[in-house]
Amino acid sequence: KLIPKAQYGGRHAVTMLPGGGIGPECMGYVRDIFKYIGAPVDFEVVDIDPNVDNDDDVQYAITTIKRNGVGLKGNIETKSEAAYVTSRNVALRNELDMYAYVLNCKSSGNIETKSEAAYVTSRNVALRNELDMYAYVLNCKSFPGVSTRHKDIDITIIRQNTEGEYAMLEHESVRGVIESMKVVTASNSERVARFAFEFAKKNGKKKVTTVHKANIMKLSDGLFLETSRRLAKEYPEIEHNDMIIDNCCMQLVAKPHQFDVMLMTNLYGSIVSNVVCGLLGGAGLLSGRNYGDHYAVFEPGTRNTGTAIAGKNVANPIAMINASIDMLEHLGHHYHAELLRRAVHRTVNEDRVLTPDCGGTASSTDVVNSIIGNIGHVGH
Amino acid sequence: KSGAAQYSSGVRKVTLIPGHGIGPEITVAVQKIFEAAKVPIEWDEVDVTAVRGPDGKFGIPQKAIDSVNANKIGLKGPLMTPVGKGYRSLNLALRKEFDLYANVRPCKSLDGIKTLYDNVDVVTIRENTEGEYSGIEHEIVDGVVQSIKLITEEASKRVAEFAFQFARDNKRKKVTAVHKANIMRMSDGLFLRCCRDLATKYPDIKFEERYLDTVCLNMVQDPSKFDVLVMPNLYGDIMSDMCSGLVGGLGLTPSGNIGKNGALFESVHGTAPAIAGQDKANPTALLLSAVMMLRHLQMYQHADNIEKACFTVLKEGRVLTEDLGGKSTSPDIAGKDMANPTALL
Ligand SMILES: Nc1ncnc2c1ncn2[C@@H]1O[C@H](COP(=O)(O)OP(=O)(O)OP(=O)(O)O)[C@@H](O)[C@H]1O
Ligand SMILES: Nc1ncnc2c1ncn2[C@@H]1O[C@H](COP(=O)(O)OP(=O)(O)OP(=O)(O)O)[C@@H](O)[C@H]1O
Ligand SMILES: [Mg+2]
Ligand SMILES: [Mg+2]
Repeated sequence: KLIPKAQYGGRHAVTMLPGGGIGPECMGYVRDIFKYIGAPVDFEVVDIDPNVDNDDDVQYAITTIKRNGVGLKGNIETKSEAAYVTSRNVALRNELDMYAYVLNCKSSGNIETKSEAAYVTSRNVALRNELDMYAYVLNCKSFPGVSTRHKDIDITIIRQNTEGEYAMLEHESVRGVIESMKVVTASNSERVARFAFEFAKKNGKKKVTTVHKANIMKLSDGLFLETSRRLAKEYPEIEHNDMIIDNCCMQLVAKPHQFDVMLMTNLYGSIVSNVVCGLLGGAGLLSGRNYGDHYAVFEPGTRNTGTAIAGKNVANPIAMINASIDMLEHLGHHYHAELLRRAVHRTVNEDRVLTPDCGGTASSTDVVNSIIGNIGHVGH
Repeated sequence: KSGAAQYSSGVRKVTLIPGHGIGPEITVAVQKIFEAAKVPIEWDEVDVTAVRGPDGKFGIPQKAIDSVNANKIGLKGPLMTPVGKGYRSLNLALRKEFDLYANVRPCKSLDGIKTLYDNVDVVTIRENTEGEYSGIEHEIVDGVVQSIKLITEEASKRVAEFAFQFARDNKRKKVTAVHKANIMRMSDGLFLRCCRDLATKYPDIKFEERYLDTVCLNMVQDPSKFDVLVMPNLYGDIMSDMCSGLVGGLGLTPSGNIGKNGALFESVHGTAPAIAGQDKANPTALLLSAVMMLRHLQMYQHADNIEKACFTVLKEGRVLTEDLGGKSTSPDIAGKDMANPTALL
């Protein structure tokens, strides 16, 4: 429903954020492949420099995504030391509820509303929040060509993407004592739960499992859990159960086949995504999708930067290529999406041209060339 | 070690909290094995069911508190915590009451237990008193809830120091600090800085820092990349359960809660109400926790004997509980094969 109108003779403009680490090289492969298959997409590239301490780049990126409706993204580095400074407005503007919250704390004297400069955030989070992309979807289906301990896993992870532990409201109340807020709202819990059940319904899924830690965080995770239980009643044809996050991770590594659709808050989403990606062969394969009511951004599933392997022609390009397939699909370019999907399938699962992270010996460019070669085969 | 030395000879009194669910049955199994192995321990058994205190809140009964205060060491089964409502976790209350600030959870592949992983040997050390378990939560306005994660320099430093000292004492090579300081920049950032500080005092131990999610990714691919891991409360909870999944499940993994005023040893698992009272529970996790306790009490010979007997039983695989694919019961395990542990050596 949120597919942007094609402009300029059936072509779509898409914002491309290469990010750091292996992002730029992987984007290069995507562009080569798109050129080869004649995908009707024009990229508007925005580089975000993690070293500058203003958010002009991020704001520009947000503006172009708002214009284009769609983005393809690598991971932007968050400097651990050099603080990236943004205004509180940037982080909070999107959330009326959270705005109310800040006001409240100010009056109760709970939170210091210090100088704006003290507020530091991740650009990745800022992007997701400003574009209000509240749902993150990660499809995790085993690749028959990649040897892993578990076979035939098919799990969809749906993650709340804009609040929770990533609220990034932190302060030092007295020296050496830091308080970090996790914020859970009824409205966002409901939106993402609805998203999950609708997703399950549309895709013929049988079960939704809500993951939480409501035995400890009784109010916040409790709200999330209760909301998903309430919505589950509107979808009687879909089974609903819930699981505590620690047990869930244990179950995932031991008996992953019991899971179908999984629904969770932000941090648990990061944990579970990475566990499942690990089970399926690592960071270089799966792609994830960020959705809001107006925009969609596609990116590699584990959101790694891959700094250590950048520029060595060893990074697995499949995750980014899969993200680009998701994007083509989203734009309604089904022919090109399918063409590319079949070529990737052939390269990974039949020819087994794999990079070292998946036990192969191929270079990144070997994989890309194999895919391009296979496009000829599967195309006709 | 706290409370250990003065009792290293003679009979040592230990608080025993059987707990709820499967707790009592696995506790009986452990007691039986200790008796057979002639361990000079006298159990001081106390019941921990939530009682309403003078403040109107439910908490641990005074008798249990007194017992741990007197003995300084205890073995405990799991305690039930209601989900979403009701009183706070009693497990947590105990850890707080005695300031058991470090939770040590070793996870090692065991001979005879076939899993998809065979090279696991990691120890997670979890900060045990604060973080996401602060219990401070409010509904700010209708439909907006906040939970506060509390990270202090003091708690972070002492758990980091514990981790490095543990690594040195146990001839481990590396400590990995697990964090999410790219998102929780101040709180996890503080934790991370404390680890870095302590690392400089232990130059013999290799130190690395990793994102929580990246550790999850790498752990399920190749656990041999890790050795000792130190992390804030919730991450430790999650990682230790996950690691126990790698070696065969919660029926097997022990833990110790260590503090300045005492130590409480317990299995990582919970009350498992679905199998409680049916003789299906695996007592191994609690038994290995008891073995950790013996080492803490410097009763090394007894610890080695029982551990060896336990490993032998698992390796032979004749008596295994359902979680390990067998059909045996706790009494089977405690009775037939380990009733006389030394006979197995
Ligand atoms: N300074 C950095 N150097 C290298 N990699 C980084 C850096 N900062 C972040 N990363 C990588 O990027 C990932 C995402 O960072 P970011 O700050 O945007 O959080 P995020 O994407 O919201 O995290 P999550 O994976 O939990 O969704 C991190 O988990 C890490 O793998
Ligand atoms: N596309 C990829 N192909 C192959 N390996 C990858 C890919 N992306 C990530 N990895 C690997 O996954 C692991 C985690 O990723 P990454 O290194 O990005 O983690 P990180 O914690 O974000 O740190 P950093 O970005 O600083 O390296 C690393 O071993 C990395 O080499
Ligand atoms: Mg990440
Ligand atoms: Mg746990």
